[in-house]
Amino acid sequence: MTYLKSRRFIGAAFTAITMLSITRTITSNGDLTSTVTIAQALVFASPIALAGLAGIWAERAGVINIGLEGMMILGTFGAGWAGWQWGAWAGVLAGIVFGAIGGLLLAVATVTYGVDQIIAGTAINLLALGTTKFLAILLFTNAPGGGQAQSPPIKGEIPVFTLESIVTPLTALHEKGIFFVSDLAGLVAGLFYNMSLLTIITVLLFIMTSYLLWKTAFGLRLRSAGENPWAADSLGVKVVQYKYAAVVFSGMLAGLGGAYLSIASTIYRNGNTAGRGYIGLATMIFGDWRPGGTAAGALMFGYIDTLRLIDTGNQNVKGLILLGAIILLAIGAWMLRSAKRNAAIGFLLLASVMVGAYFSATSFPPEVAQVAPYITTLLVLATASQNLRPPAADGIPYRKGEDH
Amino acid sequence: MNFRRIGTSLIAPAVGLFISLAATALILIAIGANVITIFSSMWTYGTSPRAMTLMLNLATVYFLSALAVSIGFKMNLFNIGVNGQYILGSLAAAVVASNLQLPKVLSITLTILTAMLVGAAWAGIAAWLKVARGVSEVISTIMLNFIAIGIISYLIVRTSIGTETGVNIRGTKLIPESGMLRGNAFIDPETKVYGFFIISIFVGIAYWFLLNRTRFGFDLRATGKSATAARTSGVQSTRMIVTAMLLSGAIAGLVGLPYLLGQTGSYNLQFPTEWGFIGIAIALLGRNNPLGIAVGAIFVAFLDVSSGQLVLEGVPREISTIMQGLIVIVVVISYEVVRRNQVKSEQRSVARALAKQEVSA
Repeated sequence: MTYLKSRRFIGAAFTAITMLSITRTITSNGDLTSTVTIAQALVFASPIALAGLAGIWAERAGVINIGLEGMMILGTFGAGWAGWQWGAWAGVLAGIVFGAIGGLLLAVATVTYGVDQIIAGTAINLLALGTTKFLAILLFTNAPGGGQAQSPPIKGEIPVFTLESIVTPLTALHEKGIFFVSDLAGLVAGLFYNMSLLTIITVLLFIMTSYLLWKTAFGLRLRSAGENPWAADSLGVKVVQYKYAAVVFSGMLAGLGGAYLSIASTIYRNGNTAGRGYIGLATMIFGDWRPGGTAAGALMFGYIDTLRLIDTGNQNVKGLILLGAIILLAIGAWMLRSAKRNAAIGFLLLASVMVGAYFSATSFPPEVAQVAPYITTLLVLATASQNLRPPAADGIPYRKGEDH
Repeated sequence: MNFRRIGTSLIAPAVGLFISLAATALILIAIGANVITIFSSMWTYGTSPRAMTLMLNLATVYFLSALAVSIGFKMNLFNIGVNGQYILGSLAAAVVASNLQLPKVLSITLTILTAMLVGAAWAGIAAWLKVARGVSEVISTIMLNFIAIGIISYLIVRTSIGTETGVNIRGTKLIPESGMLRGNAFIDPETKVYGFFIISIFVGIAYWFLLNRTRFGFDLRATGKSATAARTSGVQSTRMIVTAMLLSGAIAGLVGLPYLLGQTGSYNLQFPTEWGFIGIAIALLGRNNPLGIAVGAIFVAFLDVSSGQLVLEGVPREISTIMQGLIVIVVVISYEVVRRNQVKSEQRSVARALAKQEVSA
């Protein structure tokens, strides 16, 4: 099983690099797979990934967490406030604690009182937004370097590693522009360039989640609370406690995601999350409520964001369009084989339109890249939603002793 | 019996409001502010003619937004996409209206129809995704909101739809006076109550009529209560989902119009984009009933307008957002507690009645 899984993973990675490499060769735009791009994409992807992971924890225990955005906002604020006074690590801790408070609130409303989970989440978003803006004005306005909408700079920093002995030769190899080899070099070098300890922690949290939720009795019980809490209860699982634990931990993860944002921009700023909580939710659905797929979704968002923001020659968005077309072509061809005719033809048509657009326009507006991740999410949902399987009792209020 | 039901349905919001006001008071005490001065200055300013006018204007917007959300709620549909639907609707309406030179009635009718059509079309994507592809409307409307923001920023920043309208603000070109609905200054001599205020009342009445006095409304509510039961009695639930979503989007398309036609006359990059979320809160407070929603909209608008005055007292106006969040969460919890108690007391009275029967037999 593990052998099969790792083979599949290597296969997927091989395909992805090949597609990137084809795109890079046709566009002759080295930025697409450069060390800096990959390193930055990881920075952009991590907070989204943490939000997605937070979603997995809550929803696997049967609680829909629309409040992720609010918990992330609380995390950005906690990190800015505590980081300014006691340093970056205190900021991370405060971000986690603030997120946990949001999670606890959601747990009280949805688990204890059984109110509609989406409404409770929306209320938490409202509450978090109001509270942080309110406190920012009170605490930061007169602080040196602060303002009505932002905290003073966070003191100290979280360690960031660069392994020169790996990065320098690989970056040199990347610049040679050899098909596949150079792109692989850029990707690998990106992992060792400006790698934040927080990113490493994020990766570890993903590994820990896959293990805890899918390989331990604890995880089985937690997931049973999201699949069939009544049956779980009849087997002696303390459903309410598991739901509480899961939702509070979900808040902690979202808070950490928020803290990551503040640490990365060295201050708390109103609106810094910019909907990343919702995007995290999308990556979770995208990833079929599993860590691997969620991480892939977050990396896609992070990668596209990076290319859009470091677009100096105005060519990155064009490259993205070609990359999208190549991916769609591959999926379309694969679907033709598996006899999903209509979807396959749709994909191939879309791909050819994109190829046409690529060759006819000299550059594309950045807004194309801005909306691309959302359109991709919708496309994935539209084609794959029958294959996605959310926890069976996701969103259904549970009350001990009341059958459903 | 009926009075008792009305009584219990009012208890929940009343208790909720009381608890959230108390919590707000605690927050104010914690930051060292004088609660009594603050509440009284909110009241004094909030009841001044100018503030009342601003409040009615904002309430008009909130009312429409909540109606849009509420028609979805009736069908257990969560239209989180009101934001995207209304910003696109407002932009389209602004473009159409600024190019019209027609008599007022015609021009405004066309503007309204444009906004409704665009709002409905945008919601229609989510409806199609739901019924044809099984995609949850919650997630698709959130994605569509982000896409709408991207489309609008593209159209205004990079195409000829946008022009320089003020100090560094790009927006659509100004709507001629014949296309505006500025309203009347009947409360405060200086500020006008938006003309759309009256229209929104008609929308509310139409909503009530549609839901409570037509076959369609009955089917809609029936499907919302039990999709299975409705299906077995011959209602096509997919068709109801699509219709409800389209209607919700059409009403959502109107949300920005009071402000567009009463105030700015142009859709610019500073046009508010978050009026949809507050609609969710107000639809809940008003329990999806148009009259309840109207009261809720006025109340929330009152909080927003009167809190603007608090800066003078050294309290950030965001206290109003905190209060709104608190109110939503406390009110939904108290609805649930009241419901549970009702169920319990019904069970008890049934048990008592049964026990009596057994004794007499």
